[in-house]
Amino acid sequence: MKRLQKILAFTLAAAFSAGAFAQTSLLNVSYDVARELYKDINPAFVASWKAKTGETLNIKQSHGGSSKQAGAIIAGLQADVITMNQAPDIDILFTRGGLVNKNWRKAFPYDAAPYSSVSVFLVRKGNPKGIKDWSDLTQSGLKVIVPNPKLTGNGRYTYLAAWGYALQKTRSEAGAKDFVAKLFANVPVLDGGGRGATTTFTQRGIGDVLVTFENEAHLIEQEVGAGKFDIVYPSLTIEAPAPVAVVDSVVAKRGTAKQAKAYLNFLFSNQGQEIIAKHHLRPKNPAVFKKYAKRFPAVKTFTVESLLGGWAAAHEKHFADGGVYDQIARRR
Amino acid sequence: MFAASRRVFPGFNLSVGYSLVYLSLIVLIPLAAVAIKSGNLGWAAFWDVVSAPNVVASYKLSFGAALLAGLINALFGLTLAWVLVRYTFPGKRLIDALVDLPFALPTAVTGIALTALYSQNGWVGQYLEPLGIKVAFTPLGILIALVFIGLPFVVRTVQPVLEDLETELEEAAASLGASRWQTFRHVVLPILFPAILTGFALAFARAVGEYGSVIFIAGNIPMVSEITPLLIITKLEQYDYEGATAIAVSMLVISLLLLLAINGLQAWTAKRTGRRA
Repeated sequence: MKRLQKILAFTLAAAFSAGAFAQTSLLNVSYDVARELYKDINPAFVASWKAKTGETLNIKQSHGGSSKQAGAIIAGLQADVITMNQAPDIDILFTRGGLVNKNWRKAFPYDAAPYSSVSVFLVRKGNPKGIKDWSDLTQSGLKVIVPNPKLTGNGRYTYLAAWGYALQKTRSEAGAKDFVAKLFANVPVLDGGGRGATTTFTQRGIGDVLVTFENEAHLIEQEVGAGKFDIVYPSLTIEAPAPVAVVDSVVAKRGTAKQAKAYLNFLFSNQGQEIIAKHHLRPKNPAVFKKYAKRFPAVKTFTVESLLGGWAAAHEKHFADGGVYDQIARRR
Repeated sequence: MFAASRRVFPGFNLSVGYSLVYLSLIVLIPLAAVAIKSGNLGWAAFWDVVSAPNVVASYKLSFGAALLAGLINALFGLTLAWVLVRYTFPGKRLIDALVDLPFALPTAVTGIALTALYSQNGWVGQYLEPLGIKVAFTPLGILIALVFIGLPFVVRTVQPVLEDLETELEEAAASLGASRWQTFRHVVLPILFPAILTGFALAFARAVGEYGSVIFIAGNIPMVSEITPLLIITKLEQYDYEGATAIAVSMLVISLLLLLAINGLQAWTAKRTGRRA
């Protein structure tokens, strides 16, 4: 019996010390379609961190619908860093429990967004309907595929891009509301995710135009086959920055603040920015952007902050229950 | 009464106590948490959420389509069960196994497969489209998805009862001069009816809560093809947890009332046919 206890104690001690000496890990909680990007970023960072400090890091990824991911962190998921494609999903971590710093935007360059993308049109080869700009999307009989703005960041950006375009053009909110109402009356399917909308357009053959992010449009060209679709850049579109933040409360507890900060900083380094550019995401570093300028046609853009008074205001006005989006949806 | 006969399970107190604890842990406590969370809203705000026009439209669609799907499944599930019990033919075992497939398939797979079939360029959809019948991305598509996922319930509840049903009963009815219809209506159906109702209730309940398969084929157009579970997800996406639970509670209440009504119907028919309720 004594011996058994000894063995047991020894095994337990061994198990625990193995845990203590295990390599440091970081959990990056991210949005759904960032999988491919971080598959390339993570090994590059691990190698550079090892060269710098000798420490071997283990980076774990979690991907899913962005609001669900943020919700999981609020519910206690031990994420060291959060990498999203719209700021509200990080702001919520501050408002619900102060998990990130109130000024998380100031913790990294470019308002903590290492890259951005823009909303573009994907049309069928040869552009049979002659779609050049947002105003072409409201003609009667045209079918526009957009993911659900109530469910997806992609859909929200599309809606706001159309709103911003019409606002600039008509110089009135009534005109803008009328414009988005007409546009969304042309939407036959509101998919629950950005990828779902891609499938509806490319596989089901529904719609004359898909409005989506530039990088998604390029991915479609590569995956579904080049030569089936054309990308059209409208005269004015929305820029969607992808913000990142360290989850302060978690790294304080796990003692990973240094590594987490370095990981996110890597995204802003030349090496990180080049990987980003290769994924057709627009890097913020001007030198890297210039190097890959051929991939990114010049397009006039605005942001939620520059034209629509920030996310909180835009959400309240457009997407909250009874907001402009609900009003135009009920008009059908 | 309980001590009178030896039972398989030990002691009334122990087995009922265990049942209640188990039911509480698995069902009642999570549902109570949902109700309590929605209680944070206050009555007026709760009512505003659950009676918004798009939410009301979604109740009509969700419960209407689920009831219709349950009825279709009751009819065709009975036929299928009848064929599987009463006839022998090659491949019968395979068909019997196929019935359970909608249970095993991930709902997303169901949704994507049905959408691919019924969209305008799909195997089936391409022939329906010229006839002016649109299935994918319309309420009709929702109905088809709900019929698909609810199929096994009626078959599997009716099958064992039908197996126990002696053909002598039908022969006796026939020898007494009953027509085929009279035999079915007055001899077979009363015996099967409780099982059909149970299967219908299960198929209906499953269809009301279904999300995964419907979401791909529905089109999700506000006021037209938004199911209630989608509106719950919509609220969650906006971090409106109270609003989401409010809709969930209203769904639960409606479902509970409908299931109680079905149970009542069952008790009534059991009494009428002189069997123990």
